Amino acid sequence: MDTHLIPGPKKRNAKAAFSQVVETLISAVIKAMGYSAVVFVIMIFYFLMSEGLAAVGEVPLNVLFSARWYPIEGYYGILPLISGSLLVTIGATLFAVPIGLATAIFVAEIAPRWMREIFKPVIEILAGLPSVVLGFIGIIALAPQLRQLFNLPTGLTALAGSILLGIIAIPTIVSIAEDALDGVPRSYRDAALAIGATKWQTIWRVTLPAARSGVLTAVMLGIGRAIGETMTVMMVTGNAPIVATGLGAIFMPTRTMTATIAAEMGEVANGSVHYHVLFLIGIILFLISLAVNIIASAMVFRVKKRAERILS
Amino acid sequence: MKLSSKQRMLVQNLAFAAMSLIASLTVIFIVLIVVYIVSMGAGAISFEFIFSMPYDGMRSGGILPAIIGTFYLTLGTAALAVPLGLGAAIFLSEYAPDNQMTRIIRIAITNLSGIPSVVYGLFGLGLFVLFLQLGTSILAASMTLAIMTLPVIISTAEEALRTVPQSFRVVSISLGGTRWQTIRKIVLPEAMPGILTGVILGLERAAGETAPIMFTGAAFFLPQLPTSLTDATMALPYHLFVISTQVPGMPIQIQFGTALVLLVFVLGMNLIASIIRSRARAKRQW
Repeated sequence: MDTHLIPGPKKRNAKAAFSQVVETLISAVIKAMGYSAVVFVIMIFYFLMSEGLAAVGEVPLNVLFSARWYPIEGYYGILPLISGSLLVTIGATLFAVPIGLATAIFVAEIAPRWMREIFKPVIEILAGLPSVVLGFIGIIALAPQLRQLFNLPTGLTALAGSILLGIIAIPTIVSIAEDALDGVPRSYRDAALAIGATKWQTIWRVTLPAARSGVLTAVMLGIGRAIGETMTVMMVTGNAPIVATGLGAIFMPTRTMTATIAAEMGEVANGSVHYHVLFLIGIILFLISLAVNIIASAMVFRVKKRAERILS
Repeated sequence: MKLSSKQRMLVQNLAFAAMSLIASLTVIFIVLIVVYIVSMGAGAISFEFIFSMPYDGMRSGGILPAIIGTFYLTLGTAALAVPLGLGAAIFLSEYAPDNQMTRIIRIAITNLSGIPSVVYGLFGLGLFVLFLQLGTSILAASMTLAIMTLPVIISTAEEALRTVPQSFRVVSISLGGTRWQTIRKIVLPEAMPGILTGVILGLERAAGETAPIMFTGAAFFLPQLPTSLTDATMALPYHLFVISTQVPGMPIQIQFGTALVLLVFVLGMNLIASIIRSRARAKRQW
């Protein structure tokens, strides 16, 4: 929306001069507000670094990258926390991606209009459910079921966390993937149908591949949502910092990076080693979310460029 | 592999059946969650539950301080995030040139929206609570939530501003309006329903968040209501976390009741946003 080229009114009198001053002032304020997001990202990064980097000096690296997290006795091994986050996130991805994509394909391509009008707001409800409510349901309803079903000592396991995180990631995946499918030009579908493809062949061989980058973005952001989720995993994964060694780990309690910060930050002394290590974990989370978002937006950007090339 | 047209229709029917089954199950599951909480929690809701203080280690009485606290935090977040987010959206939609710097702003907004909520909590603790010495307070928690909400408000408000047709701006400026007059008198009023929808959806997320307020303003239990911005406060999401994990012997009724009140708070905002959106869509003439 570029209005630079439209000439402004000519200054005629004092009133006009005054409004010119107001205009300049307001432009300056709005410009400053425009940059606020950049300022905040830099501030967040700076504060995490200033509180967290000290940990690298205070805790020997071989302790930091060990398998034992037991802060009371000075064991600050973050490997179990990283492995816990990975385990739960991979589980959630395996669960959420097929369901999310199938739902998106159904809503965007298959469902009749009236169904779409019902499904979309309902999925929006899920996006709005506070994570603490899902965690509560996990404790009350899901964990006891899992315990019985798999005959476990406790239902509060990585599996419970994976399922709930998957549920949390689904709305993100559905809405972005659906947008991507919607954005595929109608002519693509018409062409496929005209040469005799069935509706399903059109979806599977034409629409979905054409929306590929958007779908990948949806998956990336869904994963990003799952890695960063805190309350739900803290409530349902049983909070045991153990390094996952095999597939059986999914049936055992675990502990993610986010849950560790949330569970322990309230009890540490400011400026202590433990405090610094928790901020260090925060830095890791920040960098992961940065990477996920940069990859996701790079995918969108690349495809836009390709589309421009084709069209020009 | 060549399939006959009969086989191809069979594949299509199978695929469509699978997709519709998965999608329907997802939607039914969501409805079931809501119905479950409503049916289990409805029994706990009473005048006393909503309007009185908790006692007996929170195992009896009401959740008034948590409701009031969430209300204050949402209000505080709105007061801070709405002007800033709206300003940033106006900049991006109406002023920003298409250059490298604008691209950096957009990258920053995307990144803000991806930062885990608990990292916002850490940041709020480091900057507002400790460095600026605001203590665990409504102010510190609102500021933390406001920064977290900012990207939602900026992107939805920008989208709303961009849907206002360019011709509206051209006409206003050709009649002698300045750029700011055009924005304030023409563009903003036209985009207002879209902006409001975005603001409410952003605040809805803030109201339901726990991790960012845990170390910046939320209290386990307080015997009285907060009286100033520098007081800590109880809050619905944190209260639900506390009573479902930290307090042994908690009556399940109170847990479900609290979950229900939080759900109503959040879904109520969602509903208001949808109503504004659909009304504006019906009224729009362009």
